[in-house]
Amino acid sequence: MLARRIIPCLDVKDGRVVKGIHFENLRDAGDPVELGARYSDDGADELVFLDITATIRSRRTIVALVEKVAKNVFIPFTVGGGISTVEQMDELLRCGAEKCSLNTAAVKNPDILTRAAQRFGNQCVVLAIDARRSKTRAGRWQVTIKAGTEATDIDAVEWAVEGAKSGAGEILLTSMDADGTQTGYDIELTRAVADAVTIPVIASGGAGTLEHLYDAIIKGRAEAVLMASITHFENYTINQIKEYLRDRGIEVNL
Amino acid sequence: MIIVIDYNVGNVKSVCNAFQYVGCEVGLSCDRKKIEKAAALVLPGVAAFGFAAKALGNLADFIKDLALAGKPLLGICVGYQMLFDESCEFGAHKGLGLVSGKVVPLPPGRVIPHMGWNKVALPEDMALFAGLESEKHFYFAHSFYADVTDKAAKIACADYGFNLPASIQKGSIYGTQFHPEKSGPQGLQILRNFAQIARGGQT
Repeated sequence: MLARRIIPCLDVKDGRVVKGIHFENLRDAGDPVELGARYSDDGADELVFLDITATIRSRRTIVALVEKVAKNVFIPFTVGGGISTVEQMDELLRCGAEKCSLNTAAVKNPDILTRAAQRFGNQCVVLAIDARRSKTRAGRWQVTIKAGTEATDIDAVEWAVEGAKSGAGEILLTSMDADGTQTGYDIELTRAVADAVTIPVIASGGAGTLEHLYDAIIKGRAEAVLMASITHFENYTINQIKEYLRDRGIEVNL
Repeated sequence: MIIVIDYNVGNVKSVCNAFQYVGCEVGLSCDRKKIEKAAALVLPGVAAFGFAAKALGNLADFIKDLALAGKPLLGICVGYQMLFDESCEFGAHKGLGLVSGKVVPLPPGRVIPHMGWNKVALPEDMALFAGLESEKHFYFAHSFYADVTDKAAKIACADYGFNLPASIQKGSIYGTQFHPEKSGPQGLQILRNFAQIARGGQT
């Protein structure tokens, strides 16, 4: 049986791992090369690296940094943030990434998902969705782009379905409302998307306790859970997380 | 030296990194002389089958001949799928035909892609799994799989609602649908074992 995945996420800005709340008030969480190696050694199931600087000027630096991180990472490695072309994906995949996540570029031009899937296979194409609860429509979520700075009127669940059709092989679903709060994932959002697509959904944003992870998997039907604060600052080790989930009957890679 | 075939597909660096980490001399090349001189070959790949087959181009026959002559060959993911006769991912494409079987879509009714760590039952008589327990989790990321029909091939399977072929061995031809270079310590052990095979330790 397929194990549920525990995925730490490195939000990287100016060469450092940072963690904020609602994508703001960033605080330093360490060196990405060191943290990446630590997670790989500690039994994380995957590692996500999101370049949150993501300006054109910084692309070369990011590629070099991804290469350095990948050198010590022997678990799957997803890189995202500011990717806007298939060529950029190719470059990252060559220097050690297994998957690339697309967000703003896919919203602006969904065709990139199709072109990426045709070239790399859909298992390589992660659609990152930053969703915020709609203030006008209850039980719906709006897609935001450009690292949460720009709202769109796109419905998150509908976008997930369209993205999967276009070629995404996985959804990295972040609740902007829950991000960094450590008060739990947005279960309703996770469940709504997981029920609407047949590709795996990674729940992201809000992990604070072990119970939150359990809920995202069982109630939210997430295939994988992403976290940052609770493992970066060593509230829990990867092993503690996996043992807890295993003891509650969830298949994990332990 | 083990040569990882460089044919314009992703994730080649990860494979090299992992071989280096286990203390193995490894090179990345598409140069025929180097490929011919190598102790063993690795055909890696993160790509759609058709793209990979096209990218390999006329190196395909060259590699096939070397493998048939007994040079150990390890195919990983799409590189593994290419060991078979054909695939139907985004159209029909020919593989190397070293192992009989077709690459077909995963059957519906489950989460696809098959993405993540699944437990593989490891037969004792498969050299890649030396030194590992009888079952271990390995990292998979694929939407197509090889329906292996080759009677001469040993097969290790994972359970994904059906017996999913996860690794094969046929003579000195080896393949893993999963990514050993991205499967933590147990994956690195597989690469160590392949390096041992390359040194002539096992066949």
